[in-house]
Amino acid sequence: MRKFLLRIYPWVIAVLVSVGGQGLVYSLPSSDAQFLAKLGELRDATYADKEKIIEELGASGHPNVRAVLRAMLEDRLYFRNNDQNIFLVKSAAQGDSTSLDLIDPLTLKGAGSASIDNLTEIGINNHLRRVCETTLARFGLSNPDASVRLDAVKEIEKSLDETNVALLREQQAVETSSRVRKQIAIGLALAALNDQSDSKTLRAAIATLRGNLDPAVRIKLEGLLEKSPDGSYLESDAEVRADAAAAIKSIDHWRTFFSSIETLVFGLSEGSVLVLIAIGLAITFGVMGVINMAHGELMMLGAYTTYVVQVAMPLHIGSSVLVAIPAAFIVSGLTGILIERTVIRVLYGRPLETLLATFGISLILQQLVRSIFTALNRSVETPAWMSGTLQVNDALSMTYVRLYVLIFSLVVFAMLVLVLKFTRTGLEIRAVAQNRAMARAMGVRSEWVDAMTFGLGSGIAGVAGVALSQLTNVGPNLGQAYIIDSFLVVVFGGVGNIWGSLVGGMCMGIVDELLEPYSGAVLAKIIVLVALILFIQRRPQGLFPPTGRAAESQ
Amino acid sequence: MKFKSMLVASSLLVAVIAVGGVARAQDTIKVGVLHSLSGTMAISETTLKDTILMMVDEQNKKGGLLGKKLEAVVVDPASNWPLFAEKAHELLEKDKVAVVFGCWTSVSRKSVLPVFEKDDGLLFYPVQYEGEESSRNVIYTGAAPNQQAIPAVDYLMNEVGVKRWVLEGTDYVYPRTTNKILEAYLLAKGVKSSNISINYTPFGFSDWQARVAFIKKFGSEGLKTAVVSTINGDANVPFYKELANEKISAEDIPVVAFSVGEEELSGLDARPLVGHLAAWNYFESINTPANRDFINEWHAYIKNPKRTTNDPMEAHYIGFNLWVKAVQKAGTTNVDKVIAALPGLETPNLTGGIAKVLPNHHITKPVYIGEVRADGQFSVVWKTKGEVPGDAWSKYLPEDKTIVADWVTLNCGNYNTATKKCSGQNYK
Repeated sequence: MRKFLLRIYPWVIAVLVSVGGQGLVYSLPSSDAQFLAKLGELRDATYADKEKIIEELGASGHPNVRAVLRAMLEDRLYFRNNDQNIFLVKSAAQGDSTSLDLIDPLTLKGAGSASIDNLTEIGINNHLRRVCETTLARFGLSNPDASVRLDAVKEIEKSLDETNVALLREQQAVETSSRVRKQIAIGLALAALNDQSDSKTLRAAIATLRGNLDPAVRIKLEGLLEKSPDGSYLESDAEVRADAAAAIKSIDHWRTFFSSIETLVFGLSEGSVLVLIAIGLAITFGVMGVINMAHGELMMLGAYTTYVVQVAMPLHIGSSVLVAIPAAFIVSGLTGILIERTVIRVLYGRPLETLLATFGISLILQQLVRSIFTALNRSVETPAWMSGTLQVNDALSMTYVRLYVLIFSLVVFAMLVLVLKFTRTGLEIRAVAQNRAMARAMGVRSEWVDAMTFGLGSGIAGVAGVALSQLTNVGPNLGQAYIIDSFLVVVFGGVGNIWGSLVGGMCMGIVDELLEPYSGAVLAKIIVLVALILFIQRRPQGLFPPTGRAAESQ
Repeated sequence: MKFKSMLVASSLLVAVIAVGGVARAQDTIKVGVLHSLSGTMAISETTLKDTILMMVDEQNKKGGLLGKKLEAVVVDPASNWPLFAEKAHELLEKDKVAVVFGCWTSVSRKSVLPVFEKDDGLLFYPVQYEGEESSRNVIYTGAAPNQQAIPAVDYLMNEVGVKRWVLEGTDYVYPRTTNKILEAYLLAKGVKSSNISINYTPFGFSDWQARVAFIKKFGSEGLKTAVVSTINGDANVPFYKELANEKISAEDIPVVAFSVGEEELSGLDARPLVGHLAAWNYFESINTPANRDFINEWHAYIKNPKRTTNDPMEAHYIGFNLWVKAVQKAGTTNVDKVIAALPGLETPNLTGGIAKVLPNHHITKPVYIGEVRADGQFSVVWKTKGEVPGDAWSKYLPEDKTIVADWVTLNCGNYNTATKKCSGQNYK
């Protein structure tokens, strides 16, 4: 008998499951209908109503809720005017799109397309975006990818109410990744500080939070030290207070440390831009002695080259920047050689005329760009791999764009040094810079070297333009905004010395960043300028004066 | 054949010249347009020149004004503030225009003000500005601070629950005065001064990393924080780029801008900015029949269906219609009579409601708060119940509390109700 039962048991279960499954299948249409009805309510709901609907959708557990909420967040949820049906669309409407591809909210499959006039978007505001994200984060907790779970936990910890704390507790029990467990522990510790916990829990929570630099932690800890109006502490246990005070002290210590690192990093990053725009000039101005007022416009050409390359390869935004680097070098370099061959060549030894002529060229280049691209700024997209922030910890972060520009400027600098040091052209450039007559006597074609030098300097300006296109506006006035800074760096660093430009640019960046919080950006610039003038008065040769014959000949 | 077509062309040319000559021989009413067509402000101001040309065209199709054709006289002050005064003088003295539509920046308005007052001209100024001014010879069709900045702050305070404020501006008169008013207003509302951070950066500033990092820290210290931005011109692009890179989302720290509209967003990838706010009296996305017609008309006139419309364009639309009504009411283009006819006149807004000229030479305007959408347009999330009358002098600055402007009964733009003295045209 028992054996029989054992044998029949799996079958019973199978039958039961299939019945249950049947039941599920039958109940699906009604839940689908409810789901659609709920979605339908979104059509003419106020923002307050929509919040309720989103929460109900989140609680309904329908498998498509996630897709719908995600679509709502991305402005991809519409209803069709003629039959009032709700649809998701494949991609959000662009300025010039006339029709959108529809997706059925139940099957999540394509459902034809509709003209944009026949569709009405289901609008969303900032508050609803937060609601959507929290609801979505709850789904994210069950994602197999640990980093998605981590983001979900962080999102949930932004609003620590009872349901969310319960969710975190549940997740803590099943969580496998240690990173996520740690984040959950922080959230639960924060929640423990929230409510009236006993001293033991509080002290355990403080111990968990010790050394955590999240500003929210510090605020919560400070709350423990608050006094009530009659002067007594809100938190009665002195040990808890001592713990909290110690934790705050250590947090403050680290924050000060990291904020000084941050200033240094920001300074280096600002300095790297200055270095990048100045080293091209250091070659033409420093080595050849040509005051090239069109240097800024050569950078502008590089920035526009980036824009053109990006327009030419719209499907590969990510790699277009990499393509733009050599392209900008060639475009600006050739323009530079053209300027040198046609104008500057005939003006050697006449600095004032060179200055005026190159200033005229800069105006011509600006107008040229205005005629081709209009006076409006062009938008250069930042590739996905360059956007975002490198979050070292809660107190220290740096955007990837800045980081790449810093690295890029150092790479460009290193390559320039290598070219000057180890190639024949570099050798000839140095020879002509040191003693033109002697170099010619040794068989160096000084005219050709002049053209190459100017082309090299201009090409580097173009490469700097690629970097600037990621940081600022690409417009006809781009060059003007940077030309003064680049001359300052070259003069400060010492004319003719590219190492001087490197040190000078970085110094100016750091000083600027140090001053800015106290004096404001406008005054910081003025102070730097005045300090520079005083410095040049004391030391007209700059930081690294030229030595040897080059100095004697000047 | 070739000869024939040339003949046709030349006879056409002659005909055009003849018609032009006739039109000129006929008495026309001259309308001055004083907007920069080159230089840094050209981006914004060229659109306004085209708007007025379109309105003039439209009016001429309706048969002109007082039986005469309108003729637009366009000059280019080239974003050069002193040149604005020279060109204004030229329009008033040499061309003898009946009215001028023009200026964008406050500094250009301040530059032409003495010219209009001396030569007794009439200027319609279409841009939101810092207030603290009222001239007999200027009609301010843009928003005063109480028609843009104050309602925006009210929205953030009451609807979003903002407790901490970053006032971020470009370093010149409009942001400085607006922030002075906002600071006084916030302090009056009980915001602690430690919860207000004010900062100014130069025109065209691009190194935003330190400032944005500060905003991020300032905003993550437990109190809901918002940024009120009076950043002007192209410094906005790197500012918003930095915000996007630092992943400061509108849900965490919303940025409300007073100088960023559809035109400015059209040169920018708006997707990372979704949800950030702007306060204006007009949005292109507001769906009214009048606005739809205006947009269609604009697209047809400019021959580009992608061009956006914006708030200062609507201000010019309102200003032009008001001037036409005033001329019709006065029966003449005489400046003094038109100025006398203007207060009390009404004309419909493009977004619904009525714009009415007030005795202080400002107008009534509805205020909208919009959130940036991914396509660079705004969806309206809040608006004032009705139209807000513009204040020439702010109620929130202690030194200006007692000052009123009234060109109907007091005939004064700067009347101190406490001392009962009129400082006349003495603007600050």
